[in-house]
Amino acid sequence: MPDHTKVLEVENLTLKFGGLTALDDVSFHIAEGEILGLIGPNGAGKTTCFNAITGVYRPTSGSIRFRGESLVGKKRFQITQAGIARTFQNIRLFPTMTALENVLVGADARHSTGIFSALFRLPKHRREEAEGHDRAMELLRFMGIQRHADELAANLSYGDQRRLEIARAMATNPKLICLDEPAAGFNPEEKRVLMDLIRKVRDQGYTVLLIEHDMRLVMGVTDRIVVLEFGKLIAEGSPAEIRDNPAVIAAYLGVEEEDAS
Amino acid sequence: MSNKTSKAGGFRARVTGLPKPVKFLGWIVLALLAYALPLLEPPFISTPGVDFGGVLFVVTMYGLVALGLNIVVGYAGLLDLGYVGFYAIGAYTVAILTSFHANWPLLLALPVGMLATLLGGIILGTPTLRVRGDYLAIVTLGFGEIIRLVAVNTEWLGTSKGISNIARPPSLELFEIPHLNWDTGVPLVDFNDSTTFIEFGVLDQIPYYWMGLTVVILVLIADKLIKDSRVGRAWEATREDEDAAELMGVPTFRFKLLAFATGAFVGGLAGGLYASRQSFINPQSFLLLFSILFLAAVVIGGQGNRWGVLVGAVLVAYLPQRFREFDDFRVLVFGLALVALAILRPEGLFPPRRTVRAKQLEQELDELEGAHDGHDGEAAARA
Amino acid sequence: MDFDFFFNNLPQLTITGLAFGAIYALIALGYTMVYGVLQLINFAHSEVFMYGTFATLWTVWALTGSGGASGMQLVGILLLALVMSMLTSALVALLLERVAYRPLIKRNAPRLIALISAIGASFVLAELMGLRDRVTGWFGLDDTLDRYVSGARINASMSGVVNMPNVDIFGIPVKTVDLLVIGAALLMMVVVDQFVRRSKLGRGIRATAQDQETAALMGVNPTRTIQMTFLIGGLMAGVAAFLYMLKIEVTKFDVGFLLGVKAFAAAVLGGIGNLRGALLGGLLLGVAENWGAALIGTEWRHVVAFVLLVVILLFRPTGLLGESLGKARA
Repeated sequence: MPDHTKVLEVENLTLKFGGLTALDDVSFHIAEGEILGLIGPNGAGKTTCFNAITGVYRPTSGSIRFRGESLVGKKRFQITQAGIARTFQNIRLFPTMTALENVLVGADARHSTGIFSALFRLPKHRREEAEGHDRAMELLRFMGIQRHADELAANLSYGDQRRLEIARAMATNPKLICLDEPAAGFNPEEKRVLMDLIRKVRDQGYTVLLIEHDMRLVMGVTDRIVVLEFGKLIAEGSPAEIRDNPAVIAAYLGVEEEDAS
Repeated sequence: MSNKTSKAGGFRARVTGLPKPVKFLGWIVLALLAYALPLLEPPFISTPGVDFGGVLFVVTMYGLVALGLNIVVGYAGLLDLGYVGFYAIGAYTVAILTSFHANWPLLLALPVGMLATLLGGIILGTPTLRVRGDYLAIVTLGFGEIIRLVAVNTEWLGTSKGISNIARPPSLELFEIPHLNWDTGVPLVDFNDSTTFIEFGVLDQIPYYWMGLTVVILVLIADKLIKDSRVGRAWEATREDEDAAELMGVPTFRFKLLAFATGAFVGGLAGGLYASRQSFINPQSFLLLFSILFLAAVVIGGQGNRWGVLVGAVLVAYLPQRFREFDDFRVLVFGLALVALAILRPEGLFPPRRTVRAKQLEQELDELEGAHDGHDGEAAARA
Repeated sequence: MDFDFFFNNLPQLTITGLAFGAIYALIALGYTMVYGVLQLINFAHSEVFMYGTFATLWTVWALTGSGGASGMQLVGILLLALVMSMLTSALVALLLERVAYRPLIKRNAPRLIALISAIGASFVLAELMGLRDRVTGWFGLDDTLDRYVSGARINASMSGVVNMPNVDIFGIPVKTVDLLVIGAALLMMVVVDQFVRRSKLGRGIRATAQDQETAALMGVNPTRTIQMTFLIGGLMAGVAAFLYMLKIEVTKFDVGFLLGVKAFAAAVLGGIGNLRGALLGGLLLGVAENWGAALIGTEWRHVVAFVLLVVILLFRPTGLLGESLGKARA
């Protein structure tokens, strides 16, 4: 059962692009072993928040700490190696590599084989190669796409590509896995299957941060939800609390505030 | 599936399906044939009017350079238009150390030359690999020219007069091998025309070819070992989507630099061997034109495919020698070839197998109009 | 370092540098506009320029005859040479767009493939000029065209046709040709800048540079806009070629390469995609190169330019004025 140590702490995170404030003083945390939903209307700053966590954008101010260590200023690959992996809203696999190789690239984040180990086939290369291969096949099986291991990523079906992205992210052996709208473009049945899958991911010991548009999916799978609107955090709580929160309802239905765009 | 592709697939499947010892034997026979080529002097292939061994040596040098540049362009996706600069650094280091300023033996100078080139690659790459891809092309172009202009203008590097008396590899004269003579239409062993194994002299170029071929084979093997590893995957991932690779934990800059430096290293090796065989170099040997010809070899052959770029190197180096009457038109023809390839076959004559596969599948999918069952079934059958 | 020479001749060195720089700037315009719209380094733009130099040369040769020309007749010949140069360069630029780029743009090919096509086209164009004796020979025309095609791979010169005096400005002797080059180049830059800023076509170019798809949806014809971009770049390369021939008087089939790389450096220096940046970058590069050559020796002239390019790209990859043909591109 979820242990309540904080894996990720975001404090007073502010991000400005020129005159535009994409994130305004956002604070929240993710506890170990939970599935945290990050929701909000279009343009609320969810993906921006993701990008700040994974090092794509540098915060204007505020801090992001992962297991007690600041992530601000770290390189993107270092953040991944530290234990945060992600998927992308618009799928970004390596199209000319096979599904297996895509996952291997993820697994390689844990490896250190360099040109000499590879050239002379040193034991390190053999060990890491075997280990990575086993782990990758295991993940492909877990995702139910092992049949396509030898297929080029570009040639997988849309749903399989989404699943492959999750497998690739899991292969980096992260503590925290960030899924950016993993169900985009899925039909209700596929969404239900994915929901189960996300739960299974968590049950394997990963902490999950989930950006999602579909309220039902979020409500069904998350332990806790953080709601963003116009770059500000407007609510935080259990799915039940969020469901009844008037600010959230207003934000989604646009009752109280005028459409600002 | 079209007839042609299925046939090619069938052939490939049959070759890859052979048992390992048979395949190994096949490679040995192929290699022996390659070594024996200048002794066999087969008609049509042999070059009339030019020393066949010398031509073959140049072909191996282009092959070596193409393999090195393929790491940079084909694997890591970095367009390097100044590759001749690395070639020049290797050649000049060897020239300086064995003749101009010292008297080192070649076998000592060559590794130093390669290290110098490696260092050059790191020094140039560290700042430039951060800039955008197409800027990199122009910066490397500038680099290649700077190296040449520095050589032209520096007394210490022999200026435009160049450097002569560069050391040759040590000879080890063991025995004589006769050539074949085809003058009568049938192959006859000609004992009056023989090559000493292994003497690096002025007249007989064949031993240089053997040396070049050996180096090419070694680099080919090293290339394969590195490509099929974490390093090769990191290169490919970086080429495909640099941001995604970085976010998957690939230190992309480090791997780009590694590709750049490895490519430079091989270029330096080729330059050093070339200088040794020529025994004389001057800045004219390192014109921008060569960077373009090297690139042509890689692009025409099929960037990313080591066998493809070797074929490209053979085309670029051999054809103008075989058909010397057209030598003047060489650049024109390669220019046309580059435009035509970019437009008609951007992946080169022999694209990497997976590119072929991607294309085939794309075609199939087009034909099936999105019906997935077809290739799912095929994949299952393969598994 | 020859500081005495440098400081004694600083004004002249600067003016000559500005004249070179003005020519770079005009060529840079072609690079910068095409890059702004297509994100493509039009590697073959240097050959567009080279064909202009030959158009100028041949027009002058054909019209001056053996006796030479002077006065109004010479002015007329030169004006005609300018027009021929602009037309030739524009034609080559349009041809280039049609043959080497459009098929790729249509297919949305990767940028490196387009660059490879550009390199190929550049070599084809240069070699055709360098082999013009052979090519005309196939048609048996080499005798008729002897003067124009013989010595295809060596310098061709029109020196002695135009002799312009020096003038004294504040006691400093200045070459009139330099002033003419600078003045004409500045005028052309202003014309193009205003055209892109104010005309309907210019708006289309800017819109396409910002977002080709949206521009197309708003009724801007992308193919036509791209053609316009190449046309303007070609015309300006033609002007540059004419001015270059006035100043240098000599050309060769491979003259474009060095100038092309330098002009591209100028475009990058000013901020690629930025028209005023091209002017600033060109002038700066011309002056820096001329000063550098005076200080450390003329043989290092090109090295100065290349080193400058490398340094700029490292420290300010977006150039001095930033990159913008539309406004700001991400």
